[in-house]
Amino acid sequence: MDNRQKEIDNLKDYKYGFTTDIENIKAPKGLNEEVIKFISSIKKEPQWMLDFRLKAYERFKHLKEPEWQKPKYPKIDYQDLYYYSAPKSMKDKPKNLDDLDPKLLETYKKLGIPLQEQKRLNGIAVDAVFDSVSVATTFREELTKQGIIFCPISEAIQNHPELVKKYLGSVIPVTDHFFATLNSAVFTDGSFAYIPEGVRCPMELSTYFRINASNTGQFERTLIVADKGSYVSYLEGCTAPMRDENQLHAANVELVALDDAEIKYSTVQNWYPGDKDGKGGIYNFVTKRGLCKGKNSKISWTQVETGSAITWKYPSCILKGDNSVGEFYSIAITNNHQKADTGTKMIHLGKNTKSKIISKGISAGFSDMTYRGLVDISSKATNSNNYTQCDSLLMGNKCGAHTVPYIKNKNSESNIAHEATTSKISEEQLHYCQQRGLSAEEAVGLIVNGFCKEVLQQLPMEFAVEAQKLVGISLEGSIG
Amino acid sequence: MKEQLQKDFDNTIRNLTLSQKDIEIKKFYLDNFINKGFPNRREEDWKFSDLNQIIKRNIGDLSFYSDYTSTNKVDTSVFVDGLEHNKIVFINGRIEKIDFDYEKKDQIEIIDQSETINKFNSNSSLSDLNSAFTNKSFKIVVKKGYRLVKPLIIYHTTNSKIWSKNINLRLNFELYENSSLRLIDLFKDTSEKNFLNIFYNFDLKENSVLKNYKVDKLENKNIKYSFNNIEQDKNSISETFILSSGSNFCKNEINCNLNGEYSAAFVNGIFSINNDKHHEIRTIINHLTENTKSYQLIKSVLEDSSKAVYQGKIFVNSKAQKTDGYQLSKAILLNKESEFNSKPELEIYADDVKCSHGSASGSLNEDSIFYLMSRGLNYQQSRELLINGFLLDVVEKITDPEVKNLIKNMIGIKE
Repeated sequence: MDNRQKEIDNLKDYKYGFTTDIENIKAPKGLNEEVIKFISSIKKEPQWMLDFRLKAYERFKHLKEPEWQKPKYPKIDYQDLYYYSAPKSMKDKPKNLDDLDPKLLETYKKLGIPLQEQKRLNGIAVDAVFDSVSVATTFREELTKQGIIFCPISEAIQNHPELVKKYLGSVIPVTDHFFATLNSAVFTDGSFAYIPEGVRCPMELSTYFRINASNTGQFERTLIVADKGSYVSYLEGCTAPMRDENQLHAANVELVALDDAEIKYSTVQNWYPGDKDGKGGIYNFVTKRGLCKGKNSKISWTQVETGSAITWKYPSCILKGDNSVGEFYSIAITNNHQKADTGTKMIHLGKNTKSKIISKGISAGFSDMTYRGLVDISSKATNSNNYTQCDSLLMGNKCGAHTVPYIKNKNSESNIAHEATTSKISEEQLHYCQQRGLSAEEAVGLIVNGFCKEVLQQLPMEFAVEAQKLVGISLEGSIG
Repeated sequence: MKEQLQKDFDNTIRNLTLSQKDIEIKKFYLDNFINKGFPNRREEDWKFSDLNQIIKRNIGDLSFYSDYTSTNKVDTSVFVDGLEHNKIVFINGRIEKIDFDYEKKDQIEIIDQSETINKFNSNSSLSDLNSAFTNKSFKIVVKKGYRLVKPLIIYHTTNSKIWSKNINLRLNFELYENSSLRLIDLFKDTSEKNFLNIFYNFDLKENSVLKNYKVDKLENKNIKYSFNNIEQDKNSISETFILSSGSNFCKNEINCNLNGEYSAAFVNGIFSINNDKHHEIRTIINHLTENTKSYQLIKSVLEDSSKAVYQGKIFVNSKAQKTDGYQLSKAILLNKESEFNSKPELEIYADDVKCSHGSASGSLNEDSIFYLMSRGLNYQQSRELLINGFLLDVVEKITDPEVKNLIKNMIGIKE
């Protein structure tokens, strides 16, 4: 009991809320061509990359911020943000970890992500992104042996321009929506992974995102390409310091799966959610899109969304190749004044394509949760199937849970099934657990974990344990 | 379109005896409509059916003025046989007959509201259009404790005298405590290319029961929009059944406010469409207080390049604990070209509720066809049997046996 209590007390408050006091190089405040050129030049990018950015910026100038989403937020002044911030020590990239600023190492140690060889988690290669730059990537040698490229995207632009040129913007074009286009113009760093033909990636690849500097937007870009017959499992984690201001995080993630390839993308999102009164927190407006380009390819998204003041994202699958499969497993938990509008899009273009959506939403406190999804079976996607299940759990009558699915079927030989339920934890279940000696909170934790089990099972082991704890902690204090 | 509207509006006003103030109000609605125009796909509610485009493509230029000074002859051959009923007859939008022969005269009150402006509980551009142009509107009141002996059938008849016209209708119903009304809307259209814009408002007091059956079966090229607003008090029950089949385009909207405890709303619908018809049902059920219940079942059979849309929303506010809401839509697509879109939506702010929805669409089950064919039916027969069974499910939900039989005969469903 005491141990558990201690653990809970430790975790109750957002334990990743510290700031690292480190000297930064920032781009001048505001958004204009100069800033974009500054970002491009500090990263020593080739001309085609700068053109890509400027094209996006040109388009961005004509776009209007969308307003159809459920969670409303005060207007963001895009001229009042820093679009680039990096620790000063990263200006000349350190050759190895020994040269890395000890403060950075300390930060990641605190976050539980050891970067030094001897302490590394076994079997996970980490790319650590700190504000606008990638500070370290582990296990690179071992991966290189197999021909796998795993590096910060800024490095990939220099070292593997042919791959980046070919795939960057192929799933999320520069002419996409407001936030995606903004990202294309000002993205700073992120991860790049390429798995060559026939290779099964021997370990989990992972990126850990950290926002540290204040008044900064984080715009990272991730590109994962799985060549024919390859397999990769990718993890993403994120935290940010506690601040009274709202910070914008607008990332783009592109996945490309060629013939017979499989990509599994898991996210445990734990950005700072704001305090109990809804002050501060991250705006998590992310565009994630996967393209099943080849035959028999598969893309699977798994997400556990517990953080952020506002989560607004729809990891999607474009099922272009015949027989391709798209999956989406999601747990979204909102407490206090958090808001989430999340879901997925499954766009069936190829024949015999299949998709599956399992979404579990839990809202407590004064929070608001929306599942919004699209299933679109085009007239050419003969013999396609979709199954969707969205369950919502409500705790208290101050919160809301909403389901807004869009279902379009244009093919008579395809089937779509959609189910959604909304309920609460029943008194009987609670009573049963408490009778057997669990406290009310433990009982809720147990029941909620059971509710989420289908999704938690999809996570890689290391993540599943953490996610399970996170689920319990996020709801701390919601029963009483 | 603006000049046309203005001109037609002036003509319409001339035939009415309205006070200056009322004319101002009507003008206000007209201006609203001119500003907004017909709804288009940029509006969330019209995402799947762009009315502006549909009208442009099918009708072209609409005229909004109808001459209601001369009477139309009532063709008695359209009346339903074998079922005694009360009648209201609309011909080309003009009310020709109101007949409550089977009822006690003092229990039903018919109030002419043509000369009064009543605001409709909706701020869509179509309700503005309706408010600006309706020239006759009635309120039908069923007194306390009175249950109508026979059903009321409203005949919506149009004939070839009109062409490219917009017709606006409005009726108000008020059902007092413990009263009940069975209402059948029967569409008999032989005209082409007109736009009908119908608004009903129902006010259901304690313990009252409303059963509304909307039947649009006859093939026609008209475009229809119908909006039912239902306000329900304690213990009241509303049942709506929609057979959506005949018109080229048809959109039925039901907005139901469950204001009193233990009130319940049932909405059942069938889409049975072919060619390039495009039909839609949109429902909004607002659970506003404790212990309310709603149930919706929509089934579609789509042939050729037809397209059906179902948008259903269950809203539960934070006071409405113990809500029971259910919604199911199923569609069979019989042709490559057919299309089914649905948006079943839940918006819930109370925790002690039981709400669920389901939506499925797909082809006819080949295994079932095989089963029937192996027992001696041919392909066509097996197909018909399966479709009949599929739709019968909805028809069986009709609680009134007389009307159920009538509708079964109309669709040609045999048991």
